[in-house]
Amino acid sequence: MENTLAHLKRGEIALITDVSSIHIPLKLLEMGCLPGNTVQLVQVAPFQDPMYLNINGSHLAIRKETAMHILIEKVSHG
Amino acid sequence: MGKQINVALIGNPNTGKTSVFNALTGLNQKVGNYPGITVEKKEGVCKLSRGLKAHIIDLPGTYSLNASSLDESVVIELLLNKNDKDFPDVAVVVSDVENLKRNLLIFTQIKDLEIPTLLVINMADRMAYKGISLNIPNLEEQLNTKIALVSTRKKQGIDELKQLIEGYKDLSTQPCLDTSEIDKDYFSSLHKAFPNQLLYKLWLVITQDVNFGKTDRNEIDAVANFKTKNKADLKRLQQKETIKRYQFINNALKKGHTIDTSKAKDLRSKLDRVLTHKIWGYAIFFFILLLMFQAIYDWSGIPMDFIDETFASLSEWTKNQLPSGAFTDLLAEGIIPGLGGIVIFIPQIAFLFLFISVLEESGYMSRVVFLMDRVMRRFGLSGKSVVPLISGTACAIPAVMATRNIESWKERLITILVTPFTTCSARLPVYLIIISLVIPEGHFLGLGYQALTLMLLYLLGFGAAVGSAYILNKILKIRSKSFFVVEMPNYKLPLFKNVALTVVEKTKSFVFGAGKIILAISIILWFLASYGPGDDFNNAEEIITTKYASQNLSEDELQQHVASFKLENSFIGITGRAIEPMISPLGYDWKIGIAIVSSFAAREVFVGTLATIYSVGSDDEATIKNRMAAEINPILGGPLFNFASGISLLLFYAFAMQCMSTLAIVKKETNSWKWPVMQLVIMSSFAYIVALMAFQFLK
Ligand SMILES: Nc1nc2c(ncn2[C@@H]2O[C@H](COP(=O)(O)OP(=O)(O)O)[C@@H](O)[C@H]2O)c(=O)[nH]1
Ligand SMILES: [Mg+2]
Repeated sequence: MENTLAHLKRGEIALITDVSSIHIPLKLLEMGCLPGNTVQLVQVAPFQDPMYLNINGSHLAIRKETAMHILIEKVSHG
Repeated sequence: MGKQINVALIGNPNTGKTSVFNALTGLNQKVGNYPGITVEKKEGVCKLSRGLKAHIIDLPGTYSLNASSLDESVVIELLLNKNDKDFPDVAVVVSDVENLKRNLLIFTQIKDLEIPTLLVINMADRMAYKGISLNIPNLEEQLNTKIALVSTRKKQGIDELKQLIEGYKDLSTQPCLDTSEIDKDYFSSLHKAFPNQLLYKLWLVITQDVNFGKTDRNEIDAVANFKTKNKADLKRLQQKETIKRYQFINNALKKGHTIDTSKAKDLRSKLDRVLTHKIWGYAIFFFILLLMFQAIYDWSGIPMDFIDETFASLSEWTKNQLPSGAFTDLLAEGIIPGLGGIVIFIPQIAFLFLFISVLEESGYMSRVVFLMDRVMRRFGLSGKSVVPLISGTACAIPAVMATRNIESWKERLITILVTPFTTCSARLPVYLIIISLVIPEGHFLGLGYQALTLMLLYLLGFGAAVGSAYILNKILKIRSKSFFVVEMPNYKLPLFKNVALTVVEKTKSFVFGAGKIILAISIILWFLASYGPGDDFNNAEEIITTKYASQNLSEDELQQHVASFKLENSFIGITGRAIEPMISPLGYDWKIGIAIVSSFAAREVFVGTLATIYSVGSDDEATIKNRMAAEINPILGGPLFNFASGISLLLFYAFAMQCMSTLAIVKKETNSWKWPVMQLVIMSSFAYIVALMAFQFLK
């Protein structure tokens, strides 16, 4: 699977397509991580974990294990 | 006396709730912080016009009413409980103009509870900078509420906000979302079962993960039957609900909220490029920590010496000025040194909270969480454990409370259990006085041995915390859903008023919270040291006079002997000598033993106790340090405080769980005696063993 958020590279932008996995906490959805919104990878800590994201203007950091469950579609190559 | 209304400030973290709260209440506020009050609850009073007063609560930041951490559950517990004395007459949702969309989510939820709600759009001063423009009347209409556009930084909009609060009766309580639209079938059967309840309220109760205290939940307890839907289904519905809420918000903002990105400036990404960098990020963090310790150790030394000497001479002065007698003695030897033992901490506590609150306020702390998460996770901790561990260098009590925003119970529990290992400021006076007695003053590579020793002790405390976390992570069998979502707020210049209030607040609660215990113990100790049972104590003068009759001592010398003989036979002396066999293998005498026992209540009592014990009977104006240096080891001879016993004491204090207040707060936060008792037993026996080995090896 190459189309999860965990595969995004620094600076790249993608479109969120699916967040229905039960491993995604509701809180993340409430912070704007919803299908149709854009996401950009702002910065990564060593080992790509955690990941610092900009989701539709909301800046937040999540762990890679959560990012793995968020499906995306890349829209630009940064 | 006029009428008083309840106002609750609610909103996402970092939207400026506390700033609005400070602007409304000024110094008319109090914070519940210490054992006895579970929740860090800030309350204050704001005068409105015509004798109307508003009682304002600053609630913990929360992203939604679906609580995922303890901190957040406080908010929903209050909002679901109409009988709570703090139940708001009006909810004020504070939002940040830069994150309006996300901040409005909780606004829609609160409105759906049909509580009168008004909206504060804060940080208005940032609008031009970010190219944002707002059409307030349009937004008010769309959101069906009243809006105050505020900048606490520029002190704008606060009066308008007060007026809106005053007119709370005019607010519409129309919900934003028709709850039943989430799932028609499910909600219509729910409605049939509980025709008199608000659907959204039922829905919240059904879906909460967090265990509540006693709300008025009983009446809707039967609701549990409606959990029949399995978890995944409920989750799907919650997702649907969230999407619907965002649809509502997007719609509402369509006309009234526009952003011209070409005008927006972006300081955040420039700073982030450095501060979250794989190398620079860590280097800067380390540098900030160094600076912090420098401040606590070096800069606060000057006021601390001054306080120490002031209290020594105050005590002396009291003795000379007041007629001699038991009361004067109690004052000069019990109460004044006891007070000194409290006041001396103020500089350090103040410096620590100054740093911590600046780091929090500026938004930097979240970057630290981001940088450290991966490392901390290896030890069973979370990036969010860094804040408690750093706060732990001030005091374990606020640190344990600061774990509340860690969502995973296991990570949170481990953080609570290991935090007391970090070198809190109460250990500092013990360390400082012993280091100055037993560590030589020389230099190594430009760094003083004494400073290096202190640094090592900090590292030791941190190492013990992390090491035991690693072990706990392996042995604790707790399954808890672990997830981690951290907002990375914008960088901001801290508001002076906020920082100053935090520093004053924390210092005050230390002085009055922990201070009470210290003072009480000092007084009790003085009594125990000044009175004794039996003939030996009462006839001390005669016994000593007879004993030394042949030796032609001066009156002064004779008095010294009488005093120390009395002390040995006082209540405290008898207790101390009883436990001496247990502690002499560690290199301590009975006086140190007493100090250790009494400092179980709070570590800082150690120095105060020694001060009390040594000042009973001796009346020269020596500082505590000189008196300690003059003590002789009764068994081995030579100075009592030498390298071996000093190191042994340092290690003992590094590891032992000596703080009643910490145990009390751990009991509160874990809701069980099991964990604090375990902390006490394990930490203290470990401390004993390490101190024993150190002394036996070094002596
Ligand atoms: N630019 C600007 N910053 C503000 C304003 N109000 C608060 N802040 C800053 O926003 C940050 C968070 O504020 P705080 O009151 O602690 O938010 P809370 O977490 O909601 O209690 C702090 O750094 C404040 O200095 C404002 O009106 N304008
Ligand atoms: Mg706050």
